[in-house]
This record gives sequence, structure tokens and C-alpha cells, in this order.
Amino acid sequence: MNASSCNACKQCMPLGACIAFKGIEGVLPMLHGSQGCATYIRRYLISHFREPIDIASSNFSEETTIFGGNKNFNTGIDNIISQYHPSVIAIASTCLSETIGEDVQYLINEYKSIHAGMAGLPEMIFASTPSYQGTHYEGFHEAVYAVVKALANERGKVGKHLNLFSNLISPEDIRHLKEIVSDFKLDAMLFPDYSDTLDGTSWDVYHRISQGGTPIEAVRKSALASLSIELGYILTAQSAGDYLQERFDVVCRKTGLPVGIMESDKFFDLLSAVSNRPVPEKYVKQRGRLVDLYIDGHKYVSGKRAVIYGEEDLVVALTAFAAEIGMKPVLCATGGESGKLEKTLRDVLGDLYSGEITVGQGMSFERMEKEMNNLQPDLMIGNSKGYYIARKMDIPIVRVGFPVHDRIGAQHMKMLGYEGTGMLFEQIVNALLEHKQRKSPVGYQYM
Amino acid sequence: MTGFLKDREGQILTKGVDPRSLVGGKPSLAGSVSQRACVFCGSRVVLYPIADALHLVHGPIGCAAYTWDIRGAMSSGPELHRSSFSTDLREKHVIFGGEKQLYQALDELIDKYQPKAAFVYSTCIVGVIGDDVQSVCKRMEAKKGIPVIAVMAEGFQGSKKDGYRIACDAIAGLIGTDDSKDVSPVSINILGDFNLAGELWMLAGYYKRMGVQILASITGDGRVQDIRNAHRASLNVVQCSGSMIYLAKTMKERFGIPFIKVSYFGIEDMSDALYEVAKFFTDEEIMDKARELVKSELTTLLPALEPYRIALKGKKAAIYVGGAFKAISLVKALRLIGVKTVIAGTQTGNAEDYTLLEAICDDGCILVDDSNPVELSEFVKQTGADLFIGGVKERPIAYKLGIGFCDHNHERKLALAGYEGMLNFAREVYETVTSPVWRLKR
Repeated sequence: MNASSCNACKQCMPLGACIAFKGIEGVLPMLHGSQGCATYIRRYLISHFREPIDIASSNFSEETTIFGGNKNFNTGIDNIISQYHPSVIAIASTCLSETIGEDVQYLINEYKSIHAGMAGLPEMIFASTPSYQGTHYEGFHEAVYAVVKALANERGKVGKHLNLFSNLISPEDIRHLKEIVSDFKLDAMLFPDYSDTLDGTSWDVYHRISQGGTPIEAVRKSALASLSIELGYILTAQSAGDYLQERFDVVCRKTGLPVGIMESDKFFDLLSAVSNRPVPEKYVKQRGRLVDLYIDGHKYVSGKRAVIYGEEDLVVALTAFAAEIGMKPVLCATGGESGKLEKTLRDVLGDLYSGEITVGQGMSFERMEKEMNNLQPDLMIGNSKGYYIARKMDIPIVRVGFPVHDRIGAQHMKMLGYEGTGMLFEQIVNALLEHKQRKSPVGYQYM
Repeated sequence: MTGFLKDREGQILTKGVDPRSLVGGKPSLAGSVSQRACVFCGSRVVLYPIADALHLVHGPIGCAAYTWDIRGAMSSGPELHRSSFSTDLREKHVIFGGEKQLYQALDELIDKYQPKAAFVYSTCIVGVIGDDVQSVCKRMEAKKGIPVIAVMAEGFQGSKKDGYRIACDAIAGLIGTDDSKDVSPVSINILGDFNLAGELWMLAGYYKRMGVQILASITGDGRVQDIRNAHRASLNVVQCSGSMIYLAKTMKERFGIPFIKVSYFGIEDMSDALYEVAKFFTDEEIMDKARELVKSELTTLLPALEPYRIALKGKKAAIYVGGAFKAISLVKALRLIGVKTVIAGTQTGNAEDYTLLEAICDDGCILVDDSNPVELSEFVKQTGADLFIGGVKERPIAYKLGIGFCDHNHERKLALAGYEGMLNFAREVYETVTSPVWRLKR
């Protein structure tokens, strides 16, 4: 069985690009392709973030597909400007526009030259995201890279600020990262910052463009930063951090998503070195409380056989965490196909890496299920699309990452740093306890 | 109304103020942020509930990923429709073609799942890269001995509504290919109910009480063999006429089966549907049973609705849904519980539909075709609506503006059709509109 996929463990590149684009202040994303791409992606993202997510489309017709998308592109941009007055229009391609060979950068340049001098002409950014080239994870990073490449500008003085490329994480985790770097007294440009745009407050008036996001002026200054920190070991072939290093000599330090003590220690130590300050007392205490919590709960997770799945860097982070608390990761699966997952897991886990781990890349849920039938797992940790397997096998599922479509609050899921890890740990222990309690013939009031 | 698109002026009107009629059926404008989906989506949602068929999406992963388990369309038996199959095309296929991949995928999947038929959806790039999907399907049909149907639904070929027609063609190809089912002289096909939250089963209960056989349900809780026998029913009863009227017309031409258009939402339309079916069979006994059924249902339902009607009296609703017939039923159902419709719009209505919709709306109601978040949010503000009825993409508009919301799209898990559904609907509207959470907004 390999000519088709059943129940994919990934989405398409433009979807990832749209999430990253939502981290730009004043942005309206547009997809160059069929109307359906924008609508499907909006629906998929709204079901997770539960926020208005307007994504325009250049709305290809048969004629466009034959004669090219230039007319639709221009109409699309005109209509976006007249309805939204955005400061940025971020455009991602789709499989259709890429296949027929549309040159979007050329279309942008042409539009700009025709409208040169027009008041309120938005910045336009293009990311190439044909869905046959990768998953939503690559699409996300391609968009981050494209935005930085389009905006980073070396005019000005090199500053003390740093760039923090935070990866595909929840709005709550973005807020937490900002809190952490600010407690280290660091001046950091976090990108993409969709912590407000994809997790807003209740509104008194309707905002056509959600407030918040990384200001483009801040992204422009990324070329003048003293350092970039990029979270995630497995990014696209060329990341935003790599680009700034090669092009503008901004040193890029990569570390994993800070989940668990080991990976969080690396992150906090890095911030400590960069800021030349000790780790603030607040986080020393958080770390201490987390260790204390681990001890309280270690017996309930010990030896539990975990299936961990999702984007590759999330899988690495969650597996490192699961291993350090004494769980047994038995299957680490991703829809991605970077070819780097197993080696990264070995490097990060070190002596905690067990020969029993099955690592699967390019996995679908159907293939995961097949593997799981031989592995007797105790729980699943990953996005909500694994639910049907957990239900069939009658094991708990702890929902983390993207997407979570069958619960509210996905945007508030916190798992980074010592504090976030503590919340994740409690969720996992309690899911196992709940399951055991529910299965108990007598029920009980103490653990 | 700042920032509305000039080219859309004909697609918006206020009843009693604008004397012209509403334009429908136009392609969406680029950059308008239409709430519509694509041709593929239209065909996929219509065929989706056929539970013992293989549904294989030929293309890169997105189209399959976004339609995995997308409808709450329930099945009383097989659940093959709830899995998402894709040929997951990659760069090499785009360069060298995906036909081989498709052939092999079908070969493997049909052997593994033994479906009664296979639908192969071609997505945007398939035609562009030159795959001959129809020929692959033909070869596979010959090899496996089951119908293998090419659904040529490239997303760019039009809008969702064009996809409905393509789906109807796919179904029409199956009809009349089998005669093995026992058919009662009093039999109907149900067209355009998708068994969301088990609604079809409620309807089937009503028809059973009237002594009417449902030969094929197209497509809720659908089965290939039933559809193949559908040409032998006496009558087609069409709901969601936007998606299924084309099939009903085709069946009338090909098999001489008459059809009636009905709706199962709201007391009035639900009861009319049963009476119309009874009337068609010109059998007093069936009509008596229909009357008895309606009477007995209403005896319990009307008093149960009364507290909601009192609590909701004077509230204002915005409706933005896929098809016009649903919108018309909703206006009536809302009126029954004291709620006035102040915005009525659809994604796929045509001029004829809009004439009917306008006729039942009150003066001052804003009618809109193929709207978008900018317009809808503005209309809600202008009219002071207390409630929005729509789908997932409309929900955040309502919630951000601090008004209630009722999901009437295909993901919902609450039955809203029939008499029981009317009560559920009233309860849901009541719960969202009168929730104390709105008071906490500043």
C-alpha cells in the first residue's frame, strides 16, 4: 500500500504559509489559485483558532488557467485594498498557479510599477508554496523565510536587538516566549507573532484586519540584529535565520522547541549567555516546581508507551520530554519527509534514546494505526486528528499542536518553558489517571 | 458601507427600498474574500455520504486533508466515506504525470476495501498535468467489475454549484444499472438530505408511518446498490434543491420520474413535504396517515415551542447559508419562534431563488448574494441582529460582534430537520441568544 495516502498527517503548504502570514501586522493574506484553497484553509484554521481569518483568493477560472493569472491577480489586489486597506498583502502560491508557471514576483513588480506613487500602496510579499513540494510545516517556514527575505534591510546601525524565530507554536506559547525574553531584558523581534491576530479579545467594533502581529519595521531591522535564535532543529533547507546569517552576518543559534527540562534548559542557558544575565529567579523557581511536579507524577507515567506525532520539531520536543519523565516513546510519527527526524531524535535524546522507538516519516494516520496495532501503546500525544485511533483502541489522547478541531481552547495550549511543560505534564498524568479511574470496577477517591 | 466592492452592487439589496431584483449566480470576484468554496468542494460534499463507495481524491494532499470527515453525515452501516484517500501527488508526478499513481492507488484500494463503487475526484492540477482520469477509471472498472466514476471537478472550473452538477452527473451514471431491489408501488427517492446528525432516519420514520417506502436516499446514508435501483421509484422528493435539482430533472427525462421540491426545516415546510408526497400518491389512506402524523407531532411540539417563542419575541436574525431553499425555510422557522429575519443571504442562490426569498422576507431585510466578512459584519452592525445562522466561517463574525450563533452547515452534530429538529433549533437559538455571557462584554 503506497500509491495513496489514507487520512494524512499533514496539510498543504499554503495553509502553513497563511498561519505565518497572520503574524505580520496589518496583513491580509492572498492565495494565488482557486477560490476553494482560500475557503478550505479559512475553515480549517477557524476551526482551530476560532477567530475571524480572512484570506483572499485570486479566484482562478478556466480562462485564468489557460491564459494566466495576471488579470485576476490585479483585480484581487485592487479589491483587497479597497475592502481592507492592509499595510501588507502576503501572497502564497498554490499547486495550480505553480503548475501553470505563474511568476508571482513578476506580477507584484508589475502591479507596483503601474501603481507607483499611489497613496497607501501596501507592501507585497510572496512565498512559493506549491502543495506538492511539502507539508504545511514547510509552507510555514517558507513564508517566514520569504517575509524576512523581502523585508530585511541593512540600512541603519547594527543594534543590540535579536531575532526570535519561534516556529509553529500556539498563541499562548508566543506570549510566554515574549514574557521570557523580556524577563531577560532582551529586545527581541519575535516572528511570526500571531498571538493577538489568532487569539484576540472580544471586540467592541469589527476589525477587518485583526490587531497585532510583528510590525514590518521590526522585520526590516532583522538584518541589523546582533543575533537570531531559531527554534527547531528541522526546518526547511533554508530558513530565515540561515538567510540572515549568510546575507547579513547575523549569527543564527538554533535550539529545539523548549519542551521538558532538558530542552528548556538549553533555551534558558542560551538566553542567559546572550543577555549576560543569570536565569531570573522566577524561572529558577518554575524549574524547581516542575521537577517537584515530575516527582509527584513520575509513577503514573513510568514505562507508559506513548505514540507521538505531528510536525517534526514538535515530535522531537515531545519525545525528549516524554523520555525524560520516564515514558517509553514507541512510535514517533510525522507527515513530513525531511529525512532528519530519526537522527535528530538520536542526537537530542542521547542516552535516553531507546532502540524500541519506531520512527516514521511521511506517515498517514492509517499507517500509524497499523503500526500501533503491534505496539500496544498506552496513550497518544498529538493533534486531534488522531482521536479516531485513540477511540478505536480505547486509549487516552492528549491533544497538543495543530490542528485541534474537537475541543475549544487550542490557542491557549501552553507547553513551552518550564511553566508550559508543567501544564502539559499535568494534562498527560491526568489523562492517564482519568482513563484508569474510568476503567476501575470500583472507582476510588484517592490515587 | 465603506469599502464595499462596486462590482457587487447588484448582489445586495434592501427589501422595500431597492425596487430591482437581486442578481445571483455570478462568479466570485478575485480578492472579494467570498465565503464560497470551489467546484471540487461542491462535488465532494454531495457524494461524500455514499458510505460503501471509495472516494479517492486525485491531487496533492490539501483537497483530501480538508475534506476528511468534513460532514456529520451518518451511516447505518459501512463507514468507508469517513476516511480520506488521496494520491498525494508530488513534484515528480507534476512533471511526469500522475496516471500511473492513480491506477495503482485504485488497484490497491479497491482490493483492500472492496467498495461497491469508486469515485475519483480530479483536482485543479490534474488536467493541467495532462492526466487522463477518465481512461484510468474505465480501465479500472473493466478490471475490478465495479463502477469507477471520474468526477471531473477541477476547482477552477466555476464555483461550488458547478460541482453539484458534476456530482449529479456522477450519480446519474449509476442510476438504472441494477433492478434487484424489491420496490413497493408507493416508493420515493429522497434527494438532497445528507443524514446530518441522523436527520434522514427521522424523515424515514415519518414516511414509514405513512406507508411510503424510501427506495434510495441520495446521498445521506447512501448505498451504491440503492442508487443503482433508484430509477424504479415513483417519485423524487428533492430537498436542498440547489444541489439536487439537476439530478431530479435528469431522472425525469431519462426515466419519467416526476419530482417535487420540499424542505424539512420548520413545521410548515416539513408538514407540506409530507402532504405533498401523500397527495402525489392519491391515496386517502396515506393522506389520513400524514394528517394524523402531523397532528400528533404538533400536539407535543407546539406547546414545547411556546416558552422559546415568548423568550425570543422581537429578536432579529441574520441568515447566511449555502442554498436559498434553506434560507427560505429558516425565515419561516424563525418567524414561528418570534424571530424576525433582517439579513438573508446565500452562497449559491440564483435570480429565481432570490425572488422567492425576497417575497417571504419583511421590508427592510437586507438580501445578499455571495457575500463576504466585510459586508456581513457591516450588515450585522447596521441591522442590530441578535443572532447569526451560518457555518463555521460565519461563526467568528457573530462571536466577535457579540451576538448569538447557530450552526446550520454540514459539520453540525445537532439534528435540525423535522419536528424534533424544530425543537432542537428553537432550543439552540434560545440558548445562544439569551446566554448571560453577552452581558459581560465591554
